[in-house]
Amino acid sequence: MAARGRAPRYGHPSAARTAGTGTGAPCPRSQERGAAAYYGPHDALLLARPRGSKPLRARHAGMRSFSARPRGITNSDFRPRGRSADWPPGASILARPVAVTTAERQGRGGAGPRRESENMSENLRSSKTTSKSPKTSAKKQKGDKAKQSSKGKRKQLDKKDEVDLSMERIGHPEIFPLVFTTKTQEIFNCRVDEDVTEENCFKLIKKEDIIQDLKTRAAISDFYPVKRVVLEYPGEELLVVFDANFQYGQNFYLVASEEAKENFLKPPDTAEEKEEKSEEEKEGTLDVHAYKRSVRKPWVSLGSEKEVEEESVKGYVTKIKYMFSRARRKFGAPIRFTDRNASHVKDSYVECTSYQDTTFSIKLLERDVGVQMVPKVKEASTQTKWTYPKNAATQYSPRQLSNEEMEESLSSEKLKEFLTSVHLRMEIALQQNEIMNAFFDDWKALAEDETSSGDKSDVYLKAYQSFTDPQYLKDRSISCVRWHPTIYGIIAESATQQHSDEERINLSDKLLLQDSVIIFWSFSDPIHPQLILQCPHDIYCFQFSPSDPNIIAGGCFNGQVVLWDISKHEERLQNAKSITVGVKKSVVNMDSASVLNLLESNDTSEVKTRKVRIQPSYMEDDESVTEPPLVRYCATSSTEGSHKTVITDIHWLPDHFEVNRTGTTFENRAEICIQLVTCSPDWVSIAKFEDESVKKTFLKCIENCPDFKTETEDNTIQSFCSLILFWDIRVTKLPGKLSFEKEKNIFDMPPGVPDTFKHLALSWKPLIKINLCKSDTEMEYSPIKICLLEQHHHYKILDKAQSLNKPQALARENPYAKMSVPSNKPLKVLESISNNFFVGTKDGEIIYSDWKIKIDSDSGKPVSKKPSHKYIIHDEAVNTVQISPFFKDIVLSVGGWNFAIWKEGVTDGPILESSCTAQRYTTGHWSLTRPGVFFIGRDDGNIDIWDLLKKPHEPSHFQNISKSMITCISPWIASPKQQFLAVSDDSGVLHVLEICPILSQSSSNEQANVLDYFEREVKYLKNYEKYQEFQAKERTEKELETQMEKTSAATKQKTKRDGGARKCRL
Amino acid sequence: MTELENYLFSGIPIRTTLDNSTTVQYAGLLCQLTMKARSTVRDIDPQNDLTFLRIRSKKHEIMVAPDKEYLLIVIQNPCE
Repeated sequence: MAARGRAPRYGHPSAARTAGTGTGAPCPRSQERGAAAYYGPHDALLLARPRGSKPLRARHAGMRSFSARPRGITNSDFRPRGRSADWPPGASILARPVAVTTAERQGRGGAGPRRESENMSENLRSSKTTSKSPKTSAKKQKGDKAKQSSKGKRKQLDKKDEVDLSMERIGHPEIFPLVFTTKTQEIFNCRVDEDVTEENCFKLIKKEDIIQDLKTRAAISDFYPVKRVVLEYPGEELLVVFDANFQYGQNFYLVASEEAKENFLKPPDTAEEKEEKSEEEKEGTLDVHAYKRSVRKPWVSLGSEKEVEEESVKGYVTKIKYMFSRARRKFGAPIRFTDRNASHVKDSYVECTSYQDTTFSIKLLERDVGVQMVPKVKEASTQTKWTYPKNAATQYSPRQLSNEEMEESLSSEKLKEFLTSVHLRMEIALQQNEIMNAFFDDWKALAEDETSSGDKSDVYLKAYQSFTDPQYLKDRSISCVRWHPTIYGIIAESATQQHSDEERINLSDKLLLQDSVIIFWSFSDPIHPQLILQCPHDIYCFQFSPSDPNIIAGGCFNGQVVLWDISKHEERLQNAKSITVGVKKSVVNMDSASVLNLLESNDTSEVKTRKVRIQPSYMEDDESVTEPPLVRYCATSSTEGSHKTVITDIHWLPDHFEVNRTGTTFENRAEICIQLVTCSPDWVSIAKFEDESVKKTFLKCIENCPDFKTETEDNTIQSFCSLILFWDIRVTKLPGKLSFEKEKNIFDMPPGVPDTFKHLALSWKPLIKINLCKSDTEMEYSPIKICLLEQHHHYKILDKAQSLNKPQALARENPYAKMSVPSNKPLKVLESISNNFFVGTKDGEIIYSDWKIKIDSDSGKPVSKKPSHKYIIHDEAVNTVQISPFFKDIVLSVGGWNFAIWKEGVTDGPILESSCTAQRYTTGHWSLTRPGVFFIGRDDGNIDIWDLLKKPHEPSHFQNISKSMITCISPWIASPKQQFLAVSDDSGVLHVLEICPILSQSSSNEQANVLDYFEREVKYLKNYEKYQEFQAKERTEKELETQMEKTSAATKQKTKRDGGARKCRL
Repeated sequence: MTELENYLFSGIPIRTTLDNSTTVQYAGLLCQLTMKARSTVRDIDPQNDLTFLRIRSKKHEIMVAPDKEYLLIVIQNPCE
């Protein structure tokens, strides 16, 4: 403000401004000044602190005009600690001003010349409180005075040499070092380290006091050297500073200018601080103590002097002098101008071409380059193409070579080479596999063995279900249990009276009144039987036909063979299963089932109206729809041809052969099971007739029975019965067809019974009769169980079950319906079929025989072969003779208190015979999945499980199943992981047990191990026999020897005696 | 039990003891697999080469003898 206002006065406001704000860059002004500074370099030290830029600019503008035109200078030389107070008024004249540049900003105009002091005071006024204005006005006056006095002082300085006192030589003309004696310090209260310290080094002393002191002490006064300064000092108080560091050479110094004093007391701050301070000052709180004195530091060169050097203009260039001269006489002569060519004459013109002046090489130090980043913008657009979905298909066929090409490549040399090179590698690889399985997992096999042998759980047979029926099975013994071969969870059982044979005979009349049934159970319904087969008598044994599970053959108590056809009810049994399988299916099937039931009830009503004589119990039954259907048998054998007593065992002959009347085996064209074999412990009745007439009548009676063999001897009649019978279910060519028709008329079948076996009716007679005659006597064996060595191919249960589940399977025709009369065509004789069988008898014998009929040479009558071997092993009737499902020649027999395992071909006896146990064995069965395992039922309701590989001498486990005697055991494979064991007992309860996996899962090489075991046993048996023979031989030899010895001894004695006698004689 | 097959490089059977569809299937798939196996072996070591490939499966073992142009594939039912 002030500068602007004053600028016109100095004439170069722009110059001033440029100088003030410029950074020393070359400018016209400085050049101008450089020209002015031709007289020599000037040094100007402006030690001031800026209080405001504007007044400063004004100030130095003024200063420049006044001082010796300072050249451009950087402010770096001026340490910030510098004070304007250092600059005594007027000192700038004495000092050599160096430069005025931005440094002026810091410069406190204190050093300003007289003319400037006005501005200064104005500046001060503007920046300081108004309260100081009177002071400054006084100052102004004093400034004027000082201006005058400085002139005078100059003169005086010359005279008095006062220059030495002040610090003018170092640029601080206002500072006067003083030595204060302790006396002076006491007087002015500025004792060192008490009143003044290094930090608080200022002491204001009143001018009057100093003057007083000067007066009183005169020349002794410490102020004497600066007496003049004090006297001339414009202010009231003088500032004395304690110079602890002896900066100026003495312990104190006097500040001889008011402005410097101000600067000392109020150290320059930033503009803001200053404003704050000014505010504070406005409030009248001028805090003198806030002033912090800074220590002046010696000037340190930071390179600015070089700049100064560079900036200073020096007259390097030698000045060019031109001298023009002309003859005196030519002065004022008329001038004649002519044209001529400049190039014609030499020196007619002077050319001043531009050239690179080596003296001036100005480097381009700075360049302003502006770059602005602008993103590139591009417009683009796309449009997607919509493709229509199209149906497309490709089909390709594999590339194949034509025959010629193939021939060519096959005959090519390359292929031959290839084959020869590859041949060896491939052969090695193939051989490796042939030799051994390199990838066999020994570890796995080891683990498998461990699991199979380890006792993991104690429960070997887990109770799954049990069935009993109060109506049919009360107080009855279950004689036989058979699983339905194909349908899941269907099991059939037959029941008999619990009485013994004797009782039975006595109660035979009553027995007829009782229901004799075969009951079908399903897993899905443990309470209601699914199907009931009606029987003429108690059934002791029955078998499903292997060809068609709907055909069942049973052996009756009275010796008849009975056949059933349950094909009508197959669906019902299927449904019983499907109830558990799925609801949807069962709904449909239930409908059909109910229809079936309705049909059944219709049948029964018809039966009721007809009042068939043979079914009294049937009549009494109140049949409802929910009741299981009763199925009547469709054929029975004629009583004449049948067994005379209970049939204890029945078997279907395998479907791949048939036998004729002589026991010769032929191929079976139909490939369905058409022949049965039964056995019965028919006894030999010996009746002794006292009365001849009775005997005759009896003989007459039995005349018609061809089976009866009669012999008369002392009025005794022995009647023999056929023991093992073979039956054919086909229409047999009977000699008297009339009788067949007649019989048919008599025994009219009730309706509703399938006519599958109508042709048999009651005229059904056995095909072969085999008598098991004892070789030595005329007695015969009484077989209970028979086991043919030629076995059925085992059911493929799963496959069959699947096929049965299919609807077409249900609709398939009954194979037996197609059954036809055997043709006359000669059938092929099968020599490979074994005719042998094992028979277990009532007396505990095991007989190995052949069913072939031999023609007796004497009588010409067919006579069955005599049993080839017989062994008495069991102490009671044999109840089980069963071939192993894994070995064709291994047979298990159970009876009495022990069991035995036989091998066909080993004639010396059983290969394994168990020791007798405390409990009677009542039944036995091989395991279907483990070759070395079989189950044996005992009469105390326990089941022994034998594992030959684990413990050959005792049962590996036993488990109690029932309180009463076990009557029958039948295992069944429901699925590869599930096996059931049906166990029936004497009290009419059928237990279904689940066989634990340990007992059902066979290890990989179990069969081989069992076979090995059996073979070892055979060897052992042979060795044992040999040993026995050897022993017997030895014994006889020994005996002979002893005898020989005896005789020899006797003769010796004799000779001795003789000798002695002789001696005596001598 | 072994079955023999001969194949051309590109997967076209030259001679086979199997039926046609099985042959084509085996040829196509095993040709690719063998090429892949060969490239694997050669990638690992460029100087190496596949000489024989045996695939052991549950049912049988497939043995492949590769050469420049032909493949010999043998399917063996081991341990029988």
